[in-house]
Amino acid sequence: MEFGLSESQQMLKDNARKFFAGECPMGEVRRLMETDTAYDAALWAKMAEQGYTGIIFPEEYGGVGLGKVELILLMEEAGRALLPGPLFSTVALAGAVIYAVASPEQKKKYFVPICSGEARSTVAMLEASASWDPMDAQIALVNGKLTGEKLFVPDAGVADSIIVAASGGVFAVDARAPGISINPMAGMDLTRKLYSVRFENTPAERLGNSAGVSRALDVATAALVAEMVGGMQRTLDMTVDYAKMRKQFGKPIGSFQAVQHQCADMYLETESARSAAYYAAWALEENAPDAAVAASIAKMYASDACRTVGNRGIQIHGGMGFTWENDLHLYYRRAKASETAFGDATFHRERIARLVIDAGAASAEGA
Amino acid sequence: MDLNLTAGERQFRDDLRAWLAVHVPKDWNEWREKPIEVSFPYLRAWQRKLQEGGWAAVSWPKEYGGRSASLMQLAIFWEEMARAEAPPMANALGLGLIGPTIIAFGTEEQKKRFIPKILSAEEIWCQGFSEPNAGSDLASLQTEARLEGDHYIVNGQKVWTSYGWVGDWCELVVRTDANVPKHKGLTVLLVDMKSRGVEVRPLRQMTGESEFNELFFRDVRVPVGNVLGKVNDGWNVAVSTLMYERGSYGARLHLLFKRNINRLIELSRTSPRSGHPSAEDPLLRQKLAQCYAEIEIMRWNQLRAFSRITATGVPGPEGSIQKIFWSELNQRVQQVAQELLGPYGQLLSGDSRAVDHGIWSYGYLRTRGNTIEAGTSEVQRSIIGHFVLGLPKSY
Repeated sequence: MEFGLSESQQMLKDNARKFFAGECPMGEVRRLMETDTAYDAALWAKMAEQGYTGIIFPEEYGGVGLGKVELILLMEEAGRALLPGPLFSTVALAGAVIYAVASPEQKKKYFVPICSGEARSTVAMLEASASWDPMDAQIALVNGKLTGEKLFVPDAGVADSIIVAASGGVFAVDARAPGISINPMAGMDLTRKLYSVRFENTPAERLGNSAGVSRALDVATAALVAEMVGGMQRTLDMTVDYAKMRKQFGKPIGSFQAVQHQCADMYLETESARSAAYYAAWALEENAPDAAVAASIAKMYASDACRTVGNRGIQIHGGMGFTWENDLHLYYRRAKASETAFGDATFHRERIARLVIDAGAASAEGA
Repeated sequence: MDLNLTAGERQFRDDLRAWLAVHVPKDWNEWREKPIEVSFPYLRAWQRKLQEGGWAAVSWPKEYGGRSASLMQLAIFWEEMARAEAPPMANALGLGLIGPTIIAFGTEEQKKRFIPKILSAEEIWCQGFSEPNAGSDLASLQTEARLEGDHYIVNGQKVWTSYGWVGDWCELVVRTDANVPKHKGLTVLLVDMKSRGVEVRPLRQMTGESEFNELFFRDVRVPVGNVLGKVNDGWNVAVSTLMYERGSYGARLHLLFKRNINRLIELSRTSPRSGHPSAEDPLLRQKLAQCYAEIEIMRWNQLRAFSRITATGVPGPEGSIQKIFWSELNQRVQQVAQELLGPYGQLLSGDSRAVDHGIWSYGYLRTRGNTIEAGTSEVQRSIIGHFVLGLPKSY
């Protein structure tokens, strides 16, 4: 049993950190967050060149063919860099859903241009009810056309295709299809843009039924948790550096236990969220019996932890942490958006209860 | 990363499982509830049986009677022991903490003298660390050892000593030089508890039992040959023991916690709340799920730490997060148990209406000590702050 990273996994993680630090430093993050889409074509092309856009896709579609553990290591580093743009939406989210439900021909059609860097994609899940259960989708196909509205769709403004969770199945829609209108929603996270997407008799291609969506969302959720862990790590690092350097009453504030013990808690929360993210990724890769529970545990823990780590980080930075100039609020905004995405801690605690308490009761009665 | 058991680990597990299936005593349940003073000979006999099978100290090097087991195999060992509902071993501190410290720091003579009898439970060990005025600030301890010819003369008092009442030997931290900074004047002595001048008194704790003792040393003579490690290097020796304590103890707790949460989930299906089973109460479901999740994360943290220690060779200060995690979690789980059981939760063992013979009222009181014993949560956070995160010392 080995819960550490292999040499090649560690190398992938180190290289990703170097790549994002070099190609997308905080100055670039700030530049992109002021744009409409937070997307940069040149950066995207470089990521494709690195194999990042094809990291989990099979080689037959032009991908790198790595597993879910490698995916979350990449996402962790993207989260640490607060990478703007559609890497998560395209690869971890749309990629996982298409992979779970589509036919081989459809996979080829969508994955080849994603791997090569020519196309981006996203998934339209939520409707006005804001339910994260794919079975709650109301939008439906009528005479081969979609009509209705999806909300909180990440990166739809730069997506070439939009994967729609609908009543009766999963559909792919060309983002330039007739009857589609994509409008920005003013989300708190400036680095990941959200959109409302309205369909009016829009032609759609059926990818498959909704049965596999739940597992695909678990994969996307684990990837998002990894991204949150990266953000937590960066918040912790910035905070520890600040606590060493900032002096009050003639001493570094990090020498005060009221400050130091909060840093220790940030460390404990970050490491625990990381353990949960890595375990979930492994369990999903191996199709372990507890994979769904593990994904929910990871999201549950990280949803609370990324908020408290952010709170502690800003608190320890004092007035400096409350300024626009300091980068912490950018992570804090991302953390809040990620906290609710794919269900917050309360949502996942209830899901764990269903999987563990209720399912256990059923099997006990059955026995 | 590969969380599947390797062929070697699977072999280890299967061998152990087969051995336990044959040897775990069937009557442990009759002994479990008895006071430890009564069951102690039983636990000694059980440890001897494990030793005969080669299972008493799997992580020790082969040359000292162990199996040179990896940390993962050690984790498997505790999981299998819990799964088989095996009794604990009598010489817990000797096997888990003090034996490894003697193996690391002891002379060949000391190893030959002490190690076999630790393994066979012929000699039970206790740990003389904390003092009335030296708890978290262990290095300020005052028990002094004065050199007189080829003996040290020990005077002082220790407190919170587990197994003191049954201890044959004690890993005792003493001050051998009062004129140097506090960490630099400490020495570890191996003290025969039958020496003249050693007095052991029970220390009654808030649960009503006496798990721990106070030890009094009055002009106790300890031969210089019983210094463990170097004179005035006792801090390093003692810290090494504490690292074993923080690093590995959590491993054996996971299954205990898991058993607790599974039992609470079971109870939630039958204990009513507002006219429905508690399992249907939205808030209690949330709390049970939170406990369930954190118990899983505790295990994953532990496994990740084991992989890290295997790679670096030594348990490091990051072991402190395990200690904080399990101790605070255990208290939260017990609080959820109290909420679930309502007024029944308070009933003590012996009351006919007590749930599960009063283990939940006992657990609520006993776990209150978890964030204090084996290094308080505050000290653990200071260790993380300074030794892991590199912040200035805060004390």
